[in-house]
Amino acid sequence: MGGRAVTRREATPASIPAVRKGDALDVSELPSYGFAHRSLMWWGNAGMMTIEGVAFGFMVVIYFYLRDIARVWPDAGRAPDLLFGTVNLAVILGSAWPNYRAQKAAQDRSLSRVRLWLYVCSAFGIALCAVRWFEFTALNVRWDDGAYGSVVWVLMGLHSFNLVTDVLDTFVLTAVTYSKPVEGKRFVDIAENCGYWYFVVLTWLPIYAVVYFGARV
Amino acid sequence: MDDARALPSRPRPRRRARKAQASDRRELLRDGAGAGSRAAVELERTWQDKPGVRGFLSANGHKTIGLRFVVTAFVFAGLAGVMGGLMRHQLATADSHLVGPDFYNQLFSMHGTTMMFLFAVPVMQGFALYIVPLMIGTRNTAFPRMSACAYWLYLFGGLLLFGAFATNTGPDAGWFAYVPLAGPQYGIGKRADFWNMLVTYSEAMGLMVAVDITTTILKLRAPGMTLRQMPLFVWASLVTSVMIIFAMPLVMLGANLVQFDRMLGTHFFNPAEGGDALLWQHLFWFFGHPEVYFIFIPALGFVSAIIPTFARRPMFGHDAIVLSLITTGFLSFGLWVHHMFATNLPELGKSFFTAMSFMIAIPTAMQIFCWIATIAAGRLVMRTPFLFVLGFFFILMIGGLTGIMLGSVPLDLQVHDTYFVVAHLHYVLLGGAVFPLFAALYYWFPKVTGKMLSERLGKWHFWLFFVGVNLTFFPLHVLGLEGMPRRIYTYGAETGWQTLNFVSAVGQVINDVGTLLFAINLIRTIFFTKERASADPWGAGTLEWSVASPPPKCNFFALPVVSSREPLWAPAAEVTHVQGLSAQIREGLTTTVIDALPDTRYAYPAPEIWPFVAALSVTVWLVWSIWSVPGFAWGLIPPALAFLLWYWPNKKEAIEEVEWEGEP
Amino acid sequence: MNGVHDVLAPAGPQALALFHLWNAMLVACVVVFALTMAVLAVALWRAPRAGERTRPDLDAHPRREATLRRSVVWGIAGSSVLLVVLLFASFFADRALSALPLADAVHIDLVGHQFWWEAHYEPNSPERTFATANELHVPVGRPVLIRLRADDVIHSLWVPSLGGKKDLIPGRESTLALRADRAGTYRGQCAEFCGYQHAKMALVVVAEPPADYERWRAAQRAPAREPATAQERRGLALVEQTSCAMCHAIHGTRARARRAPDLTHVASRGWLGAGAVENTPELRAEWIARAQKFKPGVNMPPLDAAPDDLAAMSAYLGSLR
Repeated sequence: MGGRAVTRREATPASIPAVRKGDALDVSELPSYGFAHRSLMWWGNAGMMTIEGVAFGFMVVIYFYLRDIARVWPDAGRAPDLLFGTVNLAVILGSAWPNYRAQKAAQDRSLSRVRLWLYVCSAFGIALCAVRWFEFTALNVRWDDGAYGSVVWVLMGLHSFNLVTDVLDTFVLTAVTYSKPVEGKRFVDIAENCGYWYFVVLTWLPIYAVVYFGARV
Repeated sequence: MDDARALPSRPRPRRRARKAQASDRRELLRDGAGAGSRAAVELERTWQDKPGVRGFLSANGHKTIGLRFVVTAFVFAGLAGVMGGLMRHQLATADSHLVGPDFYNQLFSMHGTTMMFLFAVPVMQGFALYIVPLMIGTRNTAFPRMSACAYWLYLFGGLLLFGAFATNTGPDAGWFAYVPLAGPQYGIGKRADFWNMLVTYSEAMGLMVAVDITTTILKLRAPGMTLRQMPLFVWASLVTSVMIIFAMPLVMLGANLVQFDRMLGTHFFNPAEGGDALLWQHLFWFFGHPEVYFIFIPALGFVSAIIPTFARRPMFGHDAIVLSLITTGFLSFGLWVHHMFATNLPELGKSFFTAMSFMIAIPTAMQIFCWIATIAAGRLVMRTPFLFVLGFFFILMIGGLTGIMLGSVPLDLQVHDTYFVVAHLHYVLLGGAVFPLFAALYYWFPKVTGKMLSERLGKWHFWLFFVGVNLTFFPLHVLGLEGMPRRIYTYGAETGWQTLNFVSAVGQVINDVGTLLFAINLIRTIFFTKERASADPWGAGTLEWSVASPPPKCNFFALPVVSSREPLWAPAAEVTHVQGLSAQIREGLTTTVIDALPDTRYAYPAPEIWPFVAALSVTVWLVWSIWSVPGFAWGLIPPALAFLLWYWPNKKEAIEEVEWEGEP
Repeated sequence: MNGVHDVLAPAGPQALALFHLWNAMLVACVVVFALTMAVLAVALWRAPRAGERTRPDLDAHPRREATLRRSVVWGIAGSSVLLVVLLFASFFADRALSALPLADAVHIDLVGHQFWWEAHYEPNSPERTFATANELHVPVGRPVLIRLRADDVIHSLWVPSLGGKKDLIPGRESTLALRADRAGTYRGQCAEFCGYQHAKMALVVVAEPPADYERWRAAQRAPAREPATAQERRGLALVEQTSCAMCHAIHGTRARARRAPDLTHVASRGWLGAGAVENTPELRAEWIARAQKFKPGVNMPPLDAAPDDLAAMSAYLGSLR
C-alpha cells in the first residue's frame, strides 16, 4: 500500500549501482557475478551445508542416544586407535591454509595462483583420503558388531563421503581452469568450493571427538 | 521510488572485460523496450526450449518444470485415490473379500506413501516453481537445472515405486514403515527396500527444489520488492523451503540407516544388539511432523493469495500473517513426539509435546482471524476459487480442532492409531491442502493456459467435493471412538462398524463424481474452449497478472520495479521497469536480500540434457544397490560421471556468456 | 469376538477420566467451531458483493482497521485462554490416569506376538502363576497391572472401554494399569500395525465378581483335565503326536512347547485365533485343519488329518475347560 521510506544500505564498494534512465532502471553496467553472499552459488552452497550439517548433527545425536541406552559402551569391539585419526586431524587442519590461499586467489581472479593452490589442495586431498583409508582399518570394530560399530562406521562413512566428493570437486575445478574461456563465474565456483572445504574441515572436529573419544570417556 | 532517487545518477568508472569489446561484430541486444521490439522477439527466442526429444529432456524453464511437477503429481494422486476408493469399498461391509490382507496392506501403504511423498509435497513445490518467479518479477529460478533434475528424480522414483507395486513388491508396512516390521527380520523381500529407495528419491528431489526456491526468493526478487513488500504466497514458499532444508535430511538419513540394517547387517534398530526400535520413530516423526506443514503452509499461501483478490482489498494483518507463518514453521519442529504418545517414553516429556501441540494452534488461528477480517471488510466476488477457500475454512477448522484433541496425551491414548486419526488427517489434508489446491488451480489456470475453467462446473465440483469429503470422513471420527483401529483389512460383523463404513463409502462415491466433473472441466476447457483469457481476468494485484496468459517464455519483456505489495493495484511509481539485461543469453537480475536493491546480473544456466542423464544414473545406482551390496559402491560411478559432465563448462555457452560478462 | 468396545462407554476409572476429558474437549471445540463459523457466516452475509473489475479498496479506513484489529486480538486472547484451560484439563486427566491405586493388583505379563496375545498371570509368584492367551479375566474393582513386552514387532494393547492404549515394543518394557468397575466382557484389539493379520489380533477382557474370578483362576492353575471318553483319549494322543505339540503347551500332557497359545484351558475361551473364529466344536475342527482359511498368514500350518481324527482332537480340546 504505497512504498514506505526504506533505509537505503550503502552499496558495497565493489558494486556498481543501477542507473535511472527515465522510468527505467538501467542495469547493463552491473557486474555479472559477485563473490560470497552476492553470488547465488554461495546460497546454494549454504543450503547444501545446512542439509549435511543437519544430517551430521543428527548422526552425532544418534551416537549419544545409542550410548545412553546401552548397558556397556562400546557394546562390541573397543575404542579406535588414536594414531590415524589424530594424523587426519592435523592434516585436515593444515589443509585450511592452501584452501585459504586458493580462495583469495579466486577472489583476486588470478588464474595462475588459483591453479597453483588448487594443486596443493588436491595433494592434501589425496593425502587425506589415504589417511582416511587407514583410519577405517584401525577402528577396532566392524559395522555389524552391535550398535556401537554401526554408528561409528556410519559417522566415519558420512564424513568420508563428503571428503571424497569435495576432493573430486577440487580435481574437477583444477581441470576446469584449463578449459578456455575461463569465465568469471568459475572463480566464484572455486571460491565456493573452498568455502565448502572449510565445512569439511569443521565437521571433522566434532566427528573426530565423538568417534575417538566417545568410547573412552 | 525512494530507492531510485537515492541512487547516484552517473556510473562510476570501471574496468571493462576485454572480450566484450572484441565482439562489436555482433550487436548486443538488451531488453527493456516494449513487447513488439526486436529485443523482445530475440528474448522469446532465447528463452524458448530446444526442439525435439532432446529439447524436451533438457528443458529447464521454471514454468515447464513447475507444470510437469503439478501434472505428474495429479496423476499420482489419481492412482492413490483409486487405491483409497478400493479400501473404502473393502471396508464398506464386514468380512468383505474384495481384496485380501496382503494386497490391502500394500494398498494402504501405497496410498499413504504416494499421497504424501508423490503428490502432496511435489504439487506444492510445483506450484511454487511456476508461480514464485512470476510473482517476484524474475525470469527463472536460481538453479533451474537442479530443479529439472529434481523433476526427473521424482518421476523415476514414482515409476519405480509403482513398478514395484505392479509386481507385488509394493511397500506393505504403512507409509511410515515402522521397524522392526520393515526391518531385516520381519520386512521380508524387497518391499521395504523399495520404500526406502522411494524416500531417498523424494527427499533428494524435495531438497533440491527447496534450495532452489529459497535462493530464488532471497536473491532474485524485483527491485523494490523488499521483504516487507513480498507477497504472502512467496513468504509461505520461503518458510516451507527453509523447513524442508532442516527436516528432510532426517528421514533420508533414517531410511538409509534402515537400509544399512537390511543390507549390511548394522544394528541401529535391533534391540538385541544395542539398537532401538523407537529410534526410527524419532527420526521419522522429527521429519514427519514438519512434513505435514510442508503441505499445509503453501496451502495457507494459496489462501493468502486468493482472498485479497476476491475481497477486492489488501490482506488485513499482512505482517501478522508473515509472523504466523514463520512461527508455525519453527513450532512444527517441536511437536514430533505427539505421534509417539502410546510408547513408553517418560510422561513428563510427553506433556511438553502436548503443550507445544496446543501452542501451534495460535499462529494458525491468527491467520484464520486475519482472513475472516479481510473478508468482513471486503467486497466479495463469489467465484469458484473463493468457494474452495470457504470450504477450506470449514473443513480445516474441524481437522485442526480434532488435532487439538489428539495433542492431549491422555486423550490420544484412546484415539491414537484408530479411525479417529484417519478422520483427522484427512480433514486437515483435504481441508487444509486440497481445497486450497483446487482454489489455486481454478485461480491460476487462466494464467497458465490462457483459458478460464467453467464456473458452473466449478461450483458443482465444489459442492460435490464438500459434501463428499464430509460424508466420507466425518463418520470415521465416530468409528475411532467405537474402537476401530487403523490399517485393518476387515472386521467382524459383531463389531457393529458396518453402518458408518458404508456411509463413508457412499461419500467416497460422491467425491469421485466431483473429481470426475473437475476432469471434464479440465478437458473441455483445454481442448474445446476457444475464448482466451486476458492477462488479469480476476483483477488481481500481484505481478504474475501483469503478463499475458499464458506468460511469454521470458516471463517479462522488461523486469518490473515494484513499490507496493499489490503492484498492479497501487498507482504507477516513477521507476517502473528494468532495462539493459541481455536478450541474447538468459539473463536476470539479482538483488539484495532484505531491501531488493539491484546487485548483479545473473546468467541463468542454459538448458542441457545432463540433469536428465544424472537422474537416470542415480536411478541405476539406487536400483543396483537394492539388489547388490557392492552395487552400492560401484553404482556411484555413473552418477559421478554424469555430475561431472553436467558441471563441465559448455564451450559455446561460455563464449556467449563471456561476451556479456562484467566484473565486480 | 464380542464385547463392549466403546470409548464412550467407560467401565473403569481410566476410561472414565478419558471420557470426561473427551466431553470437555468436545464441548470446547464445538463452541470454538460454531463461533468461528458464525463470524465467517456473518461476514459473508454482510459484505457487499463485487465483480472482478471492481476497483480494489486501497484506502486506509483507520477506524475500521482498529475495530478489526481489536476483534482479532480478542479472538487470539480468547483462543489462548481456552487452550490453556484445555491444557490443564489434559494434565489433570493425565494425573488421574497415573493415580490409580495399585494395592492388591493382579499382575499380568502380556507378550505380543504376530498375531496373538500371550498372558502370564502373577509371573513373579511361582506358586500362583499360570499361562493363557487372548482372553483375560479380571476381578471387578481390583486394579490390574499389565507388563507389556513384544516378541517380534511393535503391537499395541487397547481395550477402549477400560482405558487408553499402550504400545508393546521389542526391547522395551512398558506397563498399563486398568481397573474394571463393572462386570462385563470388554473387547480390545491390537492397535499398531503389526503385519499381515493385524486386523485379526483381538483380545477380550472378562470382568467378573471376585468370587467368580477366583474360581476361574483356580481352574486355570489346574493342569489339563484327563480325557473322559475314548474319543477324547484318542484326541489327546493325536495332539501329542502330531504337529500340535511342536508349538502348543497343555500342562499335564506331553505337549510342552511355548511358541503358540497355551491350550491347557482352551475350552474356557470363547474364540480361537485371537478373535478369528468362534470356539465351537465344528469351527474348532476346521480351525485345526486349516487355520489359514480363517486367518490367512497366521503362523499355524494346516494339518492333514482324517475327519474322525479332527473330531477327536476337537472333542479333546473342547473338554479342556
